[in-house]
Amino acid sequence: MPSSIDNYIGVHAAALKLRSQRTEVLAANLANADTPGYRARDIDFKNALAAASGQSNATGGVHLATTRAGHIGNAAPDGTPAPELKYRTPLAPSLDGNTVDGQLEQAAFAENTVRYQATLSFISSKFRALMTAITGQ
Amino acid sequence: MSSFKIFEIAGTGMSAQSVRLNTTASNLANADSVSGDPNQVYKSKHPLFEAIRASLGQNAASSGVAVKGIVENQAAPTARYEPGNPLADANGYVYAPNVNTVEEMVDMISASRSYQNNVEVMQTAKDMMLATLRLGQ
Repeated sequence: MPSSIDNYIGVHAAALKLRSQRTEVLAANLANADTPGYRARDIDFKNALAAASGQSNATGGVHLATTRAGHIGNAAPDGTPAPELKYRTPLAPSLDGNTVDGQLEQAAFAENTVRYQATLSFISSKFRALMTAITGQ
Repeated sequence: MSSFKIFEIAGTGMSAQSVRLNTTASNLANADSVSGDPNQVYKSKHPLFEAIRASLGQNAASSGVAVKGIVENQAAPTARYEPGNPLADANGYVYAPNVNTVEEMVDMISASRSYQNNVEVMQTAKDMMLATLRLGQ
């Protein structure tokens, strides 16, 4: 039964999770805006979503093999592979090696938030439709 | 729960920026604290930021900021000839701290903007979490 609900919600559950992970990455970028040598990172959302929803075998990235006890993989604790983190290409590199562009990160953060809320309202309306079907009103 | 990490990341960013604001305040307050001894005079202080990579094993996405230490500017103090000053040394010189007030003001504005950025990130993350909690209502 849970799997049919999963099918009903579709890609949105994976999208919501990825959006929240991307928020975390962008928050880390903004927090490290003044850290020397810090390199800004971002998630390649399209590839990550395709990989998370099993639509594509090509994740476009490299996964760490954990062949012995003590090896640290790049997968989340629940076993799903971590989304592909890529370094941002700086538009104007600074002398201290920091590649965070405050304005760019803020724009990406705002965009990500709006898309997160869009995904939320998609899921919300799916649930509303389900409730309508259940109650028949 | 990854959303709570955003609060942690933005929190470390805010605390690092407030340390930076503290050093700036201290530097500006002591900009005119002259001394008769060039070794005793106030030296301008600056924090060293460093990205925290502690949680790299589980999920490479998150890295907050830590203040690695406070360094004192080792530039020589400015000597001023003020024989009337009670603090003057035997030759009539007083030594002013190596604080560049213009630089400090710029640093203050930069720190304040970065702090606001982190507050904004925290506020947005809070709104996102509240919206997620309201899901399905």
